[in-house]
Amino acid sequence: MKLTGAQIFFESLKAEGVDVMFGLPGGAVIDIYDEMPKHNIRHILVRHEQGATHMADGYARATGKVGVCLVTSGPGATNTVTGIATAYCDSIPIVVFTGQVPTALIGNDAFQEADIVGITRPCTKHNYLVKDVRDLARVIREAFFLARSGRPGPVLVDLPKDVIAGKTDFKYPKNIAMKGYKPTTEAHMGQIKRAYTAISKAKRPVIYAGGGVILSSAAKELKELGERLRCPVTTTLMGLGGFPAPHDLWLGMLGMHGTFRANMAVANTDMLISIGARFDDRVTGKLSEFAPSAKIIHIDIDPTSISKNVKVDIPIVGDCKDALKKLLKLVKESPIEDLEKQRQPWLDQIQKWKETYPLAYEQKDDVIKPQYVVEMLYKLCKDKNPIISTEVGQNQMWAAQYYHYSEPRTLLTSGGLGTMGYGMPAAIGAQAAFPGRLVIDIAGDGSIQMCIQELTTAVENNLPVKVAILNNQYLGMVRQWQQLFYEKQYCATCLKMAPDFVKLAEAYGAVGLRATKPSEVEKVILEAIASPKPVLMDFVVNPEECVYPMVPAGAATTEMILV
Amino acid sequence: MRHTLGVLVENQPGVLSRVAGLFSGRGFNIESLTVAPTLDPQVSHITLVTTGDETIMEQIVKQLNKLINVIKVVDFREVKFVDREMALIKVKAEAHTRAEALRIVDIFRGKVVDVSPNYFTIEVTGDEGKIEAILDLLAQQGIVEVVRTGKVAIARSKKNSKKK
Ligand SMILES: Cc1ncc(C[n+]2csc(CCOP(=O)(O)OP(=O)(O)O)c2C)c(N)n1
Ligand SMILES: [Mg+2]
Repeated sequence: MKLTGAQIFFESLKAEGVDVMFGLPGGAVIDIYDEMPKHNIRHILVRHEQGATHMADGYARATGKVGVCLVTSGPGATNTVTGIATAYCDSIPIVVFTGQVPTALIGNDAFQEADIVGITRPCTKHNYLVKDVRDLARVIREAFFLARSGRPGPVLVDLPKDVIAGKTDFKYPKNIAMKGYKPTTEAHMGQIKRAYTAISKAKRPVIYAGGGVILSSAAKELKELGERLRCPVTTTLMGLGGFPAPHDLWLGMLGMHGTFRANMAVANTDMLISIGARFDDRVTGKLSEFAPSAKIIHIDIDPTSISKNVKVDIPIVGDCKDALKKLLKLVKESPIEDLEKQRQPWLDQIQKWKETYPLAYEQKDDVIKPQYVVEMLYKLCKDKNPIISTEVGQNQMWAAQYYHYSEPRTLLTSGGLGTMGYGMPAAIGAQAAFPGRLVIDIAGDGSIQMCIQELTTAVENNLPVKVAILNNQYLGMVRQWQQLFYEKQYCATCLKMAPDFVKLAEAYGAVGLRATKPSEVEKVILEAIASPKPVLMDFVVNPEECVYPMVPAGAATTEMILV
Repeated sequence: MRHTLGVLVENQPGVLSRVAGLFSGRGFNIESLTVAPTLDPQVSHITLVTTGDETIMEQIVKQLNKLINVIKVVDFREVKFVDREMALIKVKAEAHTRAEALRIVDIFRGKVVDVSPNYFTIEVTGDEGKIEAILDLLAQQGIVEVVRTGKVAIARSKKNSKKK
């Protein structure tokens, strides 16, 4: 029996185990939407296609599965670009289906035609224009495989209207034959041995882990490695949750807004064990002074990440989990002698750093400190094992510093691209995956307005996300740079002209709550998490609070501005 | 430093723009690029000449390999190879300069492929040095236009002729 492209689309998605997708229809995909009611895949109607991509991304980060969205041609497709680039920078597996004008019209500047394959070439892992319905099932199979395997990432599939309407025999391919795609997942044993020999000799080792640990589900192995080596662990923003905080070996995040002890530890280590991280400039600061006295081991599945920014001594290409398992086997077979004694001076030194400059702020009784809100969220919510998402800016950094993530996939944040507007739709995507769980977006008053329209989506679909706006009436992070480096000329960063967020929430059919005094913070949080509805919490916080420590862009990570 | 790479790619629409886009997006240089199908019509071969130090070359090779449609990258820094380029050169050939032009063509084993009352079009093949040399000599005659193919290269061992 022959199936239409639209039927093949749904059968293929089912074969991939897709249970939910996020989208918004239009002329080019109307046939897919017409077919939709016959199939048991939940569709969440968004209010802007950027929201759909962030939802698919949030779903993927929270579950480890591939997130899916479906949009129309032209403007529907171009609206996905920010979300695709966001997923690309953080290696998040999503598949984006875009409608396209009929193949005969491609290139004719037809109505709602956009060369989305051309536009997204540099921000997808791979993309496809399907020109023949007979290729459709194979392309979908490849798209999901590419998205989730190797170094994961977004894949876009462009579907011309006549391909969707065309008919062919359907058989979902079992095997995949891609000549040019063979990611190295198995770590080379020889390199692992070299690494362990070097680690055994180190006096001041530090593990520096990134998002790769979470993507490869290697948190358990990372914890075991840290403990067996008695090696302090720091992570990037993307790695938070990859090592259980708090923990006596936990250093906190490193980099521009990292902890004093994490940056000092990296500056003084003689052995940096990098696992699934990519030496981003927000982590390294001035390259020549990054971990200057260290031998560097770098485990990463993507060979292009290795020795891209920092020359490494022992490269290990492979999946983090596989590499860590192999390394752990060696550690167990021949443990380091006198480990406790050997490590003590280093751990003592780190403890001293911790005591010298702990993360700190002062909460008086008049104005709410944003850090206090985050600490209270942690205190009042941690037992519920919530998923936290963030927007971008100061709110994101405070969420990284003052909330503690004890499990992987509990922090969803746009690290690489730094996309304002990411947090709420990502929270909605995660909530769609885990209807019963508490999902909180720690937001800024600027960022939240970039995808605020998705509050409707949350209300309509009973996805009761909680949004905690740290309302400083500024594009705070930019204002902070202006304060510190541009003589306080606050050009175009003031957000005093703003909607009443409580009324806005109510207008959307959600709940709006506000706290203006420190004494009100706890009550607002408790009320929000008790509500079965989406809630927008407006915390009116100290406008000119800054995120510290701060390493100025391009400076060495030891040159921290501390309060 | 200039380096030559051989890149086997799947012969599909858009592949060339993926390769070119990689170079422009990451600020790498393309000095020349030639592309044509191999014996297997589903596979094309690109010869690419680029510049960069050790670190950049390492990135270029890795990044090319990362492209899904790239089947294999041959780094000619590691392999002995032969390379050739062809140029079509239109020179002035007036009564008093014709003989000299023909003599130069002869020395370089070139061919005159088009003749008009005032111009010769010369075809010459060789490595880069040879092309540069004939261009130098013909410059005195007056070159009107030059079109070069860019370099094609093949490994001396059998390595390059097989797919991964
Ligand atoms: C889409 C987008 N535009 C601009 C920026 C640049 N930017 C980074 S942080 C920031 C301020 C964010 O303001 P807000 O959401 O209020 O967060 P705050 O820093 O005040 O906590 C801006 C404008 C960005 N990251 N993303
Ligand atoms: Mg703000």
